Amino acid sequence: MSLLASLRQGAKGFAWFMRGVMGEDAYDKYKAHHEALREAHDESVHDPDAAACDRQVMMTEREFWRDQTDRQDINPQGRCC
Amino acid sequence: MGTKPRTPHDAPKRGEELDRDPLLLPVALDQTTHDAEEAHWTPLKIGIWGGISLLGGLSWVMLAVVRGETVNAIWFVFAAVCTYLIGYRFYSNYIQKHLLHPDDRRATPAEYKADGKDYAATDRRVLFGHHFAAIAGAGPLVGPVLAAQMGYLPGTIWIIVGVVFAGAVQDYMVLFFSMRRGGRSLGQMARDELGKVGGTAALFATLAIMVIIVAILALVVVNALADSPWGVFSVSMTIPIALFMGVYLRFFRPGQVTEISIIGFILLLAAIIGGGMIADTEWGSTFFAVEPLPLAIGIIVYGFVAAILPVWLLLAPRDYLSTFMKIGTIGMLALAIIIVRPEISAPATSEFVNGGGPVVSGTLFPFLFVTIACGALSGFHALIASGTTPKLIEKERQTRFIGYGGMLMESFVAIMALVAALSIDRGIYFAMNSSPALTGGTVEGAVTFVNSLGLTGVNLTPEMLTETAKNVGEETIVSRTGGAPTLSVGLANIMQQVAGGSGMMAFWYHFAIMFEALFILTAVDAGTRVARFMLQDSLGNFFPKFKNTSWRLGAWVTTGIMVAAWGAVLVMGVTDPLGGINTLFPLFGIANQLLAAIALAVCLAIVAKRGLFKYIWVVALPLTFAAVVTIFASFLKIFSTVPAVGYFAQNRAFSKALDEGLTSFGTAKTVEAMEAVVRNTMVQGILSILFVVLAIVVMVTAVQATVRSYKSRDFGTNEDRAVPSQIFAPSGFVATPEEKKLATRWDAQIAQAKLDKAGKTTRR
Repeated sequence: MSLLASLRQGAKGFAWFMRGVMGEDAYDKYKAHHEALREAHDESVHDPDAAACDRQVMMTEREFWRDQTDRQDINPQGRCC
Repeated sequence: MGTKPRTPHDAPKRGEELDRDPLLLPVALDQTTHDAEEAHWTPLKIGIWGGISLLGGLSWVMLAVVRGETVNAIWFVFAAVCTYLIGYRFYSNYIQKHLLHPDDRRATPAEYKADGKDYAATDRRVLFGHHFAAIAGAGPLVGPVLAAQMGYLPGTIWIIVGVVFAGAVQDYMVLFFSMRRGGRSLGQMARDELGKVGGTAALFATLAIMVIIVAILALVVVNALADSPWGVFSVSMTIPIALFMGVYLRFFRPGQVTEISIIGFILLLAAIIGGGMIADTEWGSTFFAVEPLPLAIGIIVYGFVAAILPVWLLLAPRDYLSTFMKIGTIGMLALAIIIVRPEISAPATSEFVNGGGPVVSGTLFPFLFVTIACGALSGFHALIASGTTPKLIEKERQTRFIGYGGMLMESFVAIMALVAALSIDRGIYFAMNSSPALTGGTVEGAVTFVNSLGLTGVNLTPEMLTETAKNVGEETIVSRTGGAPTLSVGLANIMQQVAGGSGMMAFWYHFAIMFEALFILTAVDAGTRVARFMLQDSLGNFFPKFKNTSWRLGAWVTTGIMVAAWGAVLVMGVTDPLGGINTLFPLFGIANQLLAAIALAVCLAIVAKRGLFKYIWVVALPLTFAAVVTIFASFLKIFSTVPAVGYFAQNRAFSKALDEGLTSFGTAKTVEAMEAVVRNTMVQGILSILFVVLAIVVMVTAVQATVRSYKSRDFGTNEDRAVPSQIFAPSGFVATPEEKKLATRWDAQIAQAKLDKAGKTTRR
């Protein structure tokens, strides 16, 4: 039982790691960032950062992934040799 | 309005602006807690570090002192891992403590510039994976293979000691300094710290170095795939596979990265297996057997098209595939080496340490140190460490784990490549890596040549070469220079002992070729794009229109210029009568090390500006070494009178032969070939001069900046203003007990906040 549980936890950890390394969690991070800003905005309407964010609409998942590769078009990153 | 204007008296003292409300949870452990944890040596800790030191020491003795007939590969692994652990624990800690002074109370760019996209705090372990995948490529796999000519010991020492004192130091410092500057690039930092002259020289050097690096990586692929129907088929299949993945991610299931990577990986395996079948057919073996020159032209055309296509269609999906393959294959190789533990029969130092070797010409010093660039010290990493990674760092102290630790990992890859190359028969090694000019490209020629070298313990027979070629599914393995095929034979040899037996060798060989080609094609494509933007930026100073990077025509013209530049060097390498890669590879190593010297020079100026003259040797040591090695190597390449070493000596020898009306000279059998040598050596010589002059300008300006700081004692800074952090995260791979305690409190607070929020919404 405990072996099974730790195996499951290990597999979960590995899946989490691979997801992160492959960059699959990019949208989750983006969404969390926006939600945090929105919350800060709700709490203090005077925070200029949060107000600025409110004007900026959060992208949908599909829009986000498009935007991500399109941003790489104008901001390329080298790969090493 | 209510606050009174600040007078100089109540301006915050240095660091005071970071003071945090004591009622809130701290965002950092204070320095005394860190120091106390470090100074606390429990018997268990002493036992562990004692064990590591003993095992490491024993391994070095086994490698360097005990000279049996053979040496087991496991000693390489232990020597490397133990040295890395000690270097990480003690030396990188020393750098952290005395030179960099990370302050976790300061927010990182990922926090204060957070946009959820480019700037986003990323878990340190995930970012380690990201950073490693971005820095590791074909370089650490190829250089050590070529350096195996000198015997196993020199390469091993340089890879392991070099990384601890040079490579990892550079990566760590550049990452840290870039992070403190909001993720600024190396070029921008050079301009800020060294002024206009140094900055401009650094920019041009970077551009020129990128061209040469892309060209030589492409040359490695050409050499691996030429006249190999199987390889050509399976590698070209990566293009439709990547296109399919791109379309899938764009239109069908955006964001399903792991899913499509697994699909892509399965298709890739199918392409490798299919390649074997197709190479067996009559039409396949003729249609896909492409000669070097047409193959090079194919790669040039590919490079241009790939660099102007949108990223989502080709680059991004292939990047996913490449990351997936990289992590998987490297893990697999490490495991296989530990399971198989091959015996290495190569000598510790070979007959060629004093020069005269067919793979790398010249003496051990300085040429070993430019042959193995990536894996010990790689300037290219400075571009990555001042690119994406600093924008994703969560806490300042994590730079040590990611920057220093990431480079140790790459060094380990280089050690494994060295072991794989050394595990194959020495005779076969020299037959594969001597240029066709020496072996004549035939089995008989190779056997005669290798046996004439008079190497101890080497007795090559034609059967050995034909047998190996048959096993790996190639027509011939003679003169498959460039390192990649040798590594693939070594890897196939190790892997078949774990899975599949000799029947699977051909599969593993082509798997390895595919794995390297994938990295290189990505590097070619991405390198062309980066170079194009750098060129547009520079041209924009004279023709403002070029500054607009979305101007189509401008993009095409600048891409064309960059592709033409590396394409010309590639064609030169492919058609070179002297054997191409063996003459060009030193240029690659010198270029990469000069970039490292530039990066270290920038670090030197920054450390001086911080007023840390007592500890400046930490930067000065690797900088001096890199400068001496590269300037000396360049000097030999420019001024040596030995034709095999000096570009201009070679040039003079062939010019003289032409003047005397000879129609064949040395390995050049026709007048055209002789003229090609004259032309190529001139270009190579001029490139050497260009690189070394630019790098010297940068280093001189850096030393001037350092002296200026020393004299004026004016320790200004180009760092971004300190912003207080609001988050906490541990710094190393495993959290220390104190970090764990604090992290638990943070977790509890976050959970409580969630509960509160949920409560609030239900009450509403």
